[in-house]
Amino acid sequence: MNRSLVTLAEHSREKIEYLIRMAQEFERQPNRLLLQGRVVATLFFEPSTRTRLSFETAANRLGARVIGFADPKVTSGTKGETLKDTIMMVSNYADIIVMRHYLEGAARYASEVAPVPIINAGDGANQHPSQTMLDLYTIYQTQGTLDNLDIYLVGDLKYGRTVHSLLMAMRHFNPTFHFIAPDELAMPETYKTYCRMHGIRYEEHKEFDADLIAGADILYMTRVQKERFSDLMEYERVKDRYLLKLDMLSKAKTNMRILHPLPRVNEIEYAIDDDPHAYYFQQARNGLFARQALICDALGITLEQVKNDKTIIP
Amino acid sequence: MKREQLIVSALDHGTVIDHIPCERLFEVINLLHLDQMTSKVTIGFNLKSSKMGTKSIIKIADKFFTDEELNQLSVVAPNVSLSIIRDYEVVEKKQVCLPDELYGIIRCNNPKCITNNEPMRTLFHITDKEAGIVRCHYCNHEQDIKKVTLT
Repeated sequence: MNRSLVTLAEHSREKIEYLIRMAQEFERQPNRLLLQGRVVATLFFEPSTRTRLSFETAANRLGARVIGFADPKVTSGTKGETLKDTIMMVSNYADIIVMRHYLEGAARYASEVAPVPIINAGDGANQHPSQTMLDLYTIYQTQGTLDNLDIYLVGDLKYGRTVHSLLMAMRHFNPTFHFIAPDELAMPETYKTYCRMHGIRYEEHKEFDADLIAGADILYMTRVQKERFSDLMEYERVKDRYLLKLDMLSKAKTNMRILHPLPRVNEIEYAIDDDPHAYYFQQARNGLFARQALICDALGITLEQVKNDKTIIP
Repeated sequence: MKREQLIVSALDHGTVIDHIPCERLFEVINLLHLDQMTSKVTIGFNLKSSKMGTKSIIKIADKFFTDEELNQLSVVAPNVSLSIIRDYEVVEKKQVCLPDELYGIIRCNNPKCITNNEPMRTLFHITDKEAGIVRCHYCNHEQDIKKVTLT
């Protein structure tokens, strides 16, 4: 059985809940020797310091040893080696491969050729399931459930793969999505079709103010990047319209939490960091527990084994 | 018609692929690997057709294709008609139809897809047969089958 993780879109509701329960165990006790004697390879064909550090910390805190590269310039890929050859070579050394690649579909292909499990740490604009897993974990942690939530997605909904993956993974949980984006960065038709096919309710909004935010359980902010605009006048016109300011939270529900995949540039005012609705730094911390769960699951370690683990370091 | 009948010999056993659009003929030849055939192959190009204006036709002796092979044809020439010949008689007529999956037939039109950057076989899932929409198994990009190129 191929235990690779390429996308969360294929996971059932039960599987997602199972991984959340496993992540909860790791949040309780992140330091263990559960993976002692194992080798985890982190192959980053495209630099992503924050994702790499999170995966490597997850492996290290479970007692695994980590090999790999953070910079593709040092690999044989630059000498013309194919992805398959690199994967086959590393499979001889490591028990599992965490891979980030700039090409879309690279993780799927690697999972088909590799004799060891692959975890997709992002493949181009396609999928980034560990980000989605930590988002789901954070939503569950802050709301106590994943069911029947109003989730507001703000900013770049066109190129932002985190919002696309989140939307697809939430299909089991009867959400209502709200899309708030400039026209140039609106949610693509493909994902609206996906919503209609899976019975996911969605509304599109132009205004972004306190009255709108009043309905949110989760306010998921993303970065609006200047380079995404063909018309810079348009960018100048809309860039401030999707910034979150402290006074816009005046009518927010008490359970509402603000998430952001980070890095943030200026889309969330710094004054909000100390507001109880702000949750993006805890969200990033949850990446550790989510990734510990994903690595263990890919290695065939069960929730039962994690619960009965005798290797916890106090 | 009489003159054409003289040019194209009758087939005792084999497959006739008729009503191939002339501009697609050479793609059909490549797709079915007819250049590697050892049996007799007769190809008619720029023939008159009351239905299509001009058409092409291929007669392949002693060869019966699987449905899977024939369905790959639907990507380049969805409206061809097929006749299976045994003992000079047409024993079966078939229409091609788009299969659920396309292996190694078409190229992904996403330049950042792994399949365009690695020596590997492509795979597409048909998401909408009527509209001819296919999805790349690797990068998930949906594309119009009329706009794809062959591998």
